Amino acid sequence: MNTRAPGQSKLLTMAGMVKTFPGVKALCGVTVELSKGEILALLGENGAGKSTLIKILAGAYQPDAGEIFVDGQQLKMQGPADSRKAGIAVIHQEFSLVTGLSACENIFLARPLQTYSVIHLQQEYIKAKELLDKLGADFDPRTPCRRLSVAQMQLVEIAKALSDKASILVLDEPTAALTPRETSRLFILLDQLKKSGMGIIYVSHRLDEVFEIADRMQVLRDGAEVATTATHFTTQAQIIKWMVGREINSRAVSKKEVVGKVVLDAMGLTHGIKVKNVSLEIRSGEILGLTGLVGSGRTEVARIIAGADIPEKGGISLEGRKLNLQSVGEAIREGIFLLTEDRKNQGLFLDRPVHENFSIASLFRFAYFGMINKAREIKAFLSHKETMGIRVSTPFVRVRNLSGGNQQKVLLARWLERKGKVFLLDEPTRGVDVGAKEEIYLLLRKLASEGNAILLISSELPEVLALSDRILVMHEGQIKGEIKDVANATQEQIMEIAIQ
Amino acid sequence: MNRALSVTISGWLAGRGMLLVLLLLAVFLGFATLADQNPNDPESGTELAKTWEESNVVVGNILIVVRPSEEDAIFAQAIENQIARQKGKVVEIVKGTPFEARSCLERLQKDGVKLDAILCNHFTASWSIFENMGTKFPGLGDVKIVEPASYRWPNFFKRDNLVNIVNQIAVIAILAVGMTFVILTGGIDLSVGAMIAFSAVLVARLIRDYGGGVDAQAPALIGCSFAAIGVCALMGMFSGTMVAYFSIPPFITTLAMMLIAGGMAYLISDGQSIDRVPESFMWLGRGSTVMRIPVAVVLTAIIYLIAHLAMTRTVFGRFVYAVGGNREAARLSGVSVLGVLILVYTLSGALAGLGGVVMASQLKSGAPTYGHMYELYVIAAVVVGGTSLAGGEGKITGTLVGALILAVIQNGMNLLGFDSNTQKCILGGVLLLAILLDGSRLKLTK
Repeated sequence: MNTRAPGQSKLLTMAGMVKTFPGVKALCGVTVELSKGEILALLGENGAGKSTLIKILAGAYQPDAGEIFVDGQQLKMQGPADSRKAGIAVIHQEFSLVTGLSACENIFLARPLQTYSVIHLQQEYIKAKELLDKLGADFDPRTPCRRLSVAQMQLVEIAKALSDKASILVLDEPTAALTPRETSRLFILLDQLKKSGMGIIYVSHRLDEVFEIADRMQVLRDGAEVATTATHFTTQAQIIKWMVGREINSRAVSKKEVVGKVVLDAMGLTHGIKVKNVSLEIRSGEILGLTGLVGSGRTEVARIIAGADIPEKGGISLEGRKLNLQSVGEAIREGIFLLTEDRKNQGLFLDRPVHENFSIASLFRFAYFGMINKAREIKAFLSHKETMGIRVSTPFVRVRNLSGGNQQKVLLARWLERKGKVFLLDEPTRGVDVGAKEEIYLLLRKLASEGNAILLISSELPEVLALSDRILVMHEGQIKGEIKDVANATQEQIMEIAIQ
Repeated sequence: MNRALSVTISGWLAGRGMLLVLLLLAVFLGFATLADQNPNDPESGTELAKTWEESNVVVGNILIVVRPSEEDAIFAQAIENQIARQKGKVVEIVKGTPFEARSCLERLQKDGVKLDAILCNHFTASWSIFENMGTKFPGLGDVKIVEPASYRWPNFFKRDNLVNIVNQIAVIAILAVGMTFVILTGGIDLSVGAMIAFSAVLVARLIRDYGGGVDAQAPALIGCSFAAIGVCALMGMFSGTMVAYFSIPPFITTLAMMLIAGGMAYLISDGQSIDRVPESFMWLGRGSTVMRIPVAVVLTAIIYLIAHLAMTRTVFGRFVYAVGGNREAARLSGVSVLGVLILVYTLSGALAGLGGVVMASQLKSGAPTYGHMYELYVIAAVVVGGTSLAGGEGKITGTLVGALILAVIQNGMNLLGFDSNTQKCILGGVLLLAILLDGSRLKLTK
């Protein structure tokens, strides 16, 4: 097809991209343009639509509407192969390397140098070495990838892109796992690639880095473009203002004035690189908001408190009593419950009926000598169904067939039935429609007013601001700030802590 | 056809498809094995005597002629009892060959005995000595040869055959219960076949060496059986521990256990069959309970009932489904995943041990060759029964249907005269068909 693109001089144009997922509009008509020899930074909060955009570019998603032009040629994208053919190389946060194969073999994995299916090992080696040397690599191309460091694997990915003659390079959070030295080496490399005429899309949360490397910035919010600007025309404060600014449509959720004594006290929790010396306390009747960017270690903190991971250092006290949790079961017996962020993979038994999903954590309440009294179980579920407004015809349908909001309510009912002291709620309203969201907010408030201690993990700043009595902000495994005066706090304030 | 309807139909089939297959097989075999039936059981013996009385005012002197088999003896006994009740006289009962019947008739003629009837079954009635009785043995008077009425009925649906089907699959069906638990958690247990041999050899050896050999009494037999089952349970527990704590893939763990159990079976038995066990040991495998239902069938039925209740009504069942359906969600809900895993492998081991004891009892000996490749038949029964190898989906009732399908196919092919090699090929085909049904169901409902 030889359709002429509107922006003909551009290397890449994604025009009017629209993508809808069940219940969520991920992109509503975003246009991205990239010139030769330019680094464009894509910015936005979690869920702003950056990942969706990248996945469309990689051919992993098909857009509902919109057109893609490369060098003025319209691109029909059916799958990842088309994307690669068009000269687009996407390097995801999770590398797509076969760890058992060598760097050299990975570079030529998709297009081996071959004659009649016989691979020219020596030629591949020489070419791989040439490419890697150009990128400043200091390792042998024959090294198996599993023995390479993150930075080295990244170089292999870039070498792979170069060997594919890619003209567009997309990097998703490339510096997340790099040391400062490795980061600066990467930037030198990106600068070289840019000067050689490559167009680079750079996705990152680290604003200071972005200001160092990007020529232009495009800020997304809720699947729409907020602003596009050249780097030297703007400031970090301005960018943050663009990124946040979502409003919550919820009616004011009244906050409780009095909070009680400390229920849960975590001190100096440390686990791997995700959680570094985190201390927090939650009082009875309090909703403690824990926010920060995805990957900042929020979920990991909750998992440690819930007994799912065992910390290398630090300890947890419940009502002044020291706990030494070795399993989730122990935490549950102490009354510490975790509502996971990944409903489908970590919460639900999708093909089991609703009532079984509800009762799994408190089965012994309904059982005599191991025999389940189903009538009592159903009765208990129905009473939760009534108070929480779970919309399901009978408790016997597979939970898979419920909407996201109702699934989440079933999971909440699971823990409410068990009756605990500490509720760790990780993204309780993710993938939940607006109406159900509001119902969940009211439920959390009620739960707090009954004297429970609640840890609310959320990426949605308006939600955190509306519900929390106190807010902790995490960044790279550490708690970087606390906001006590939530009533007068702003999203910008949180974002500044979360990013710097 | 609209989509909703087709989904509904496929959903219905998914739950009951295999039951439907079983019924179709039964109908097919019913027609294919239709044959003249010549009853030879005690009921027909009694019936025969009654019919004789009804058609003749006087019961009179009766001779009973049957073949020298146990079955015929019971038949003859039933006739004799009924004739006695009807105040007739049984002159003699011949249990033997046509030659013995002839000499008996000659003796009776010489003694001047008058006979009114000779009651036979279908086989003895067709003996040529009974032809032209009037000319051959005029001294006996007017003798009628009477046999039970024959009728057409499928061999497949004969009561004994139906009981036999269940009896023959008993061992595999018992093992399939444990295998269902294991597969529901997303695992597999390859060691059950070897465990049969191990258990059979162990129980036989225990009886021979410690239980008193051929003079062993019931308590000793029970003790030895439970010891063998217990050891198998421990071996299953060991597999479970390996799977749960060390995350060794179940395939590998139980493959290793298969080699261990198989090797130990040879070691314990020195590679020989151990048969110094008492007659009474055969009660479990070959004995009958009320209404001539074999003990093994009753045992299997009880195990399925308990297992079905366990899977549908107990905490254990819920936990097994939870672990198989979503292990991480189960763990985060406080389910002791490791405990559930260890328990299912322990149960699988114990049931394999029980299967081995039943087999030793059926064959009145223990040999290390027992149970060879049984694990594959057991897995086949579970899979044909609709349990997903991925775990989390399946039912005990499905496994029962699966085991019955295997048994019916095997039995039907025996009745139709296929040799065992052909049978294997057909069984393989059926297994593939079952998986195919399972796959199409998944595609349609997703």
